[in-house]
Amino acid sequence: MDSVNPMKKAASLLLLVAGVALLGASLAMDCMGGGGAIYQYRGAVLIIGIVSFFLGLYLFPTMTHHRDIVNVIFLFPLLFTFGVTVIIPLVLGIFYSMTDWTGIRYTQFVGLANYAQMFHEVSFLWSLLITVLFVVFNMVLVNLVGFALALLCTSRLKGVGFFRAAYFLPNLIGGIVLGYVWQFVFNNVLVKVTGASLLTKTSSAFAAIIIVYIWQYAGYIMLIYVNGLVTVPGDVLEAAAIDGANAFTTLIRIKIPMIASTITICTFLTLTSAFKQFDVNMALTNGTGSVMDFMGQYLSNGTQMLALNIYNTAISKNSYALGQAKAVLFFVILACVSLVQVRISNSKEVEL
Amino acid sequence: MKTKLKTSTFVTIMAIAVVVALYTLAPFFLVCINVLKNANGIVADPVSLAGASFNQLVTNLTNVVNNSNFSFWFAFGTSALITIISLILLALFGGMAAWVICRNKTAWSNAIYMVFIASMIIPFQVVMLPLISTFRDVGNFVGIPMLQSIPGIVFAYCGFGGAMTVFILTGMVKTVPYDLEEAASIDGCSYEGIYFRIIFPLLRPSVVTVTILNGMWIWNDYLLPSLMLGQNGKVKTLPVAVQAFVGSYVKQWDLILTAALLAMIPMIVIFLIAQRQIMSGMVEGAVK
Repeated sequence: MDSVNPMKKAASLLLLVAGVALLGASLAMDCMGGGGAIYQYRGAVLIIGIVSFFLGLYLFPTMTHHRDIVNVIFLFPLLFTFGVTVIIPLVLGIFYSMTDWTGIRYTQFVGLANYAQMFHEVSFLWSLLITVLFVVFNMVLVNLVGFALALLCTSRLKGVGFFRAAYFLPNLIGGIVLGYVWQFVFNNVLVKVTGASLLTKTSSAFAAIIIVYIWQYAGYIMLIYVNGLVTVPGDVLEAAAIDGANAFTTLIRIKIPMIASTITICTFLTLTSAFKQFDVNMALTNGTGSVMDFMGQYLSNGTQMLALNIYNTAISKNSYALGQAKAVLFFVILACVSLVQVRISNSKEVEL
Repeated sequence: MKTKLKTSTFVTIMAIAVVVALYTLAPFFLVCINVLKNANGIVADPVSLAGASFNQLVTNLTNVVNNSNFSFWFAFGTSALITIISLILLALFGGMAAWVICRNKTAWSNAIYMVFIASMIIPFQVVMLPLISTFRDVGNFVGIPMLQSIPGIVFAYCGFGGAMTVFILTGMVKTVPYDLEEAASIDGCSYEGIYFRIIFPLLRPSVVTVTILNGMWIWNDYLLPSLMLGQNGKVKTLPVAVQAFVGSYVKQWDLILTAALLAMIPMIVIFLIAQRQIMSGMVEGAVK
């Protein structure tokens, strides 16, 4: 290996110094406020400073620390974006949920008052309830439909490729667009069969959301089950057939136990995605629907799931702190439920 | 091993398959026939081809594309730009981070990896409100607009997509034999050169998977762009534009369905081209 190249060393030091200077300059401008024409270019100065600093660091002539320097440079972009978009907002969010935050500033710390308030809000409790119902219905139905479709697609069918693609197709379309398409289907097409549109009554609108959700998601779950089913070894099935097992016994005794891990994945996916459901809910009903009497109150948010409730609380009603508190609760519930679900499924897998 | 199916069983299975396919494809079919009609024709009879004409399709398309509330081409371009830049950066940065995390077994790299994994359970709702205020404050402070700007939203997608990308790519890096890196190092390849010349090309299958997963999510995402770019901001992505458009043309199904069709076509075309990769990519992403 060659000795330290003086040119490289000089360039490195120059870039490092320039980088630090530019960073300092831009920070000084940020803190002191509008002074001079260069103020509006402080963002550019900052970026050039960072790039120059890292370039200097990269060229720094050291054999022993080169690996570490490259490691830092390689990790930095993703960790930085991740920190700013996920970690900082998460920490701030938990803090804001205990203040009177308005989305811009807060004046005082209110402890758990926001959390207490949301449990006195009947419409929120309703959202919580129907979200749980929605999650349970979906977890069961999407998995059943997906699994049935997977069996269909692994049986000896002509044109399997076409059917798989056809079942999967809805999953490609964003929730907003397909929500409106289905709104059309319910209000203008199916209405000729159902008499009144399914979306007008709260209970049938809730069913409609489930129908659309199965339509969108079952194809995806089917693909995962197909992937699991094809790993069941052929000789095991053959042995079962020789022993006289019929198709149903083979399914219950062999196929399902052997794809237990796939079932875990699919229940987890349907659980979390149904819980976070937002787009279809917004586009299809926007949470409307009247409830005559729930805990002694009339409600107009009959089909409003939790995610949409949080959004409306913060954005439409402008109660940011309350919305944030609901979001934190949402996060806690989701985390607990997912952990419990994975635990249960894992213990089942071991038994089998 | 497979026995021959009875004809009756086969017919039953085929019949079920066809009926389900009709159900999954029906909404697409309805969109396709109704964009051929005018508003009255759609309401009068939404399931037949009565009143459908090719000229009406052209009229509908022109109406929607030239609509200043929708500005289809602009929204399409914005969506494409945001998606493509985010995907490139995620693959590049994600691969770099995954390699460093995987090849340096220190307490730090382990901790970073665990934080990434744990963060995948964080729902967007819990960070969205502080995210907007953080981005606003940071943008004002350093003088780089983060809200209502394409760089800002790309930055956010790199942050949100990072965890899943690193998770999948780390799994791939583990399968690359370390001997390969040692051999390259002995042949005089620099440390960073090993990544760009040896590892990154070998990661290709997983990079494709990650790109498909992130691409589907970013292209269809509504909540993040609607919050960061605003419902009626200057910069709009396609889902935000569709939402704003539908909001201003309630019940005008000729316009709404044409807009929906335009929003669906890019995804469907890509699916028809890369059907196999998309379906296997989606499965791989879930199974890992």
